[in-house]
Amino acid sequence: MSTTQHLQDFVTQVRRDILRQVHQVNSGHPGGSLGCAEYFSVLYQDVMEYSVDFDMDGKNEDLFFLSNGHISPVFYSVLSRSGFFPVEELNTFRKIDSRLQGHPTTHEGLPGIRIASGSLGQGMSVAIGAAQTKKLNKDTHLIYSLHGDGELQEGQNWEAILYAGSKGVDNLIATIDYNKKQIDGATDDVLPLGNLKKKFEAFDWKVIELKAGNDITAIKEALEKAKGLTGKKQPVVILMETEMGNGVDFMMGTHAWHGKAPNDEQLEKALSQNLETLGDY
Amino acid sequence: MKIYKNTGNIDTRSGFGAGLAELGKTNPNVVALCADLTGSLKMDEFKDNHPERFFQIGIAEANMICIAAGMTIGGKIPFTGTFANFSTGRVYDQIRQSVAYSGKNVKICASHAGLTLGEDGATHQILEDLGMMKMLPGMTVINTCDYNQTKAATLAIAEHEGPVYLRFGRPKVANFTPEDQKFEIGKAVHLTEGNDVTIIATGHLVWEALEAAKILDEKGISAEVINIHTIKPLDETAILKSIRKTKCVVTAEEHNFLGGLGESVARTLTLNHPAPQEFVATNDTFGESGEPLMLLDKYGLNAKAIIEKAEAVILRK
Repeated sequence: MSTTQHLQDFVTQVRRDILRQVHQVNSGHPGGSLGCAEYFSVLYQDVMEYSVDFDMDGKNEDLFFLSNGHISPVFYSVLSRSGFFPVEELNTFRKIDSRLQGHPTTHEGLPGIRIASGSLGQGMSVAIGAAQTKKLNKDTHLIYSLHGDGELQEGQNWEAILYAGSKGVDNLIATIDYNKKQIDGATDDVLPLGNLKKKFEAFDWKVIELKAGNDITAIKEALEKAKGLTGKKQPVVILMETEMGNGVDFMMGTHAWHGKAPNDEQLEKALSQNLETLGDY
Repeated sequence: MKIYKNTGNIDTRSGFGAGLAELGKTNPNVVALCADLTGSLKMDEFKDNHPERFFQIGIAEANMICIAAGMTIGGKIPFTGTFANFSTGRVYDQIRQSVAYSGKNVKICASHAGLTLGEDGATHQILEDLGMMKMLPGMTVINTCDYNQTKAATLAIAEHEGPVYLRFGRPKVANFTPEDQKFEIGKAVHLTEGNDVTIIATGHLVWEALEAAKILDEKGISAEVINIHTIKPLDETAILKSIRKTKCVVTAEEHNFLGGLGESVARTLTLNHPAPQEFVATNDTFGESGEPLMLLDKYGLNAKAIIEKAEAVILRK
């Protein structure tokens, strides 16, 4: 169990990693990555049971699936700082011959990643499949997954949500990064999602609403609560309200930093708001 | 020439069902997923005997493909079953990202391929699936010719590590390959020896190729018939060896000439040993409703068409 101070330091360092990865290749997705820094940090530092001696089958450990693969910078940072691969490798993000592809993949064999993601809407189904294999293997560990809210516009999610609810896939804790923004603007302007809580409940899911999705204590409580709801014939979803670009003042409150890298000056400003804690790569 | 005996007409999909049922008994890691077509895919026996390993996904093929990909994590070997159209075109992106690019051990088993689906018409008669699947890096593509071969292939792909597309069909067709055959992925099967023309066929057209060879033989033309059950990886060695001897080739498949077996053979020839080739395949067209045999005749996918192309290609030597 990590201390709150350690988690705060971890999150700050992850933010620096995100900003520096995206800046160094002038491409990538800082907004959603920053918004989910606390979630990933709590999940990997505090909640999940796993081995860093990576094995693709992941028997007898908790597994995580990232569906919205474009937020790879936060995933890579947290995986490396949790011990899956050297932190220095973050320097290769999106560069040729790298295991850190723009969107995560198993193709280059990066430890910690079990499926490619990037084309949206597939991760919920994959997580369900992995959850069902756990049941067949009589493995009581859990499956965690993360999805963008805009991603729920992809119809396949609703096939998966229907299936998981109807078939009682109760070893799955899905989290929606509910930041209410997507590339073209506010989700309410692009294609409103309506009442997500009611929608998931109508599909027989247990719903946890997490208003403070950038607060490590609140995230921890939500995940613990979710764990307590597993094994009861229903899948669990956390509607996690986050702030895109969290921790960098000029990236917050806008969708502009969904897929845009900061320039030199912007990077310095962003880093000055997040001072080095665990050491830059 | 060697004459093959039809031991009785039976559908290739039943060969899949029989193979899957056997895998149920012999391989505890095999799981089966179906999108509301259990009966059509002949998956009932597996379902009835191993209900805990059978997953009814409903009419949701994208979900099915990605659930299958997820199920490989932890060591399961998922076999998905639906029509060829919904096994490929409908879920191309899911197969591309979650199965092929991710290198997952999923077996995509597809029935009712091609024109022989018949009366359902063009919406269901996919003629592009081999092309789509062969273009995916790492994907093994198999199209079997009869009941026995389909059963053998089903057993063989469970032993193969990696994504596989296995294509078969609905109509009852001649069953002529040995019951106890060994199915070797990527290995062509020489059916007849000949010197004048090579006929390379896959799927339902392999029997038609044998029928064509018999008639050609009566006309004094000796045809070498090769059954290519594995379109990718292609057995280039066997193909080139035959064509170096006969100097010309007819390819035959229940598929569009674009993207199918014929194109793979043409590439092999272009790179190694250019030779005249004729294609028995659909000519960049959709199908239509009708009786399967009448459709095969209308679209030129039978023994008669193979004979015509063989006679034409010999003149181009």
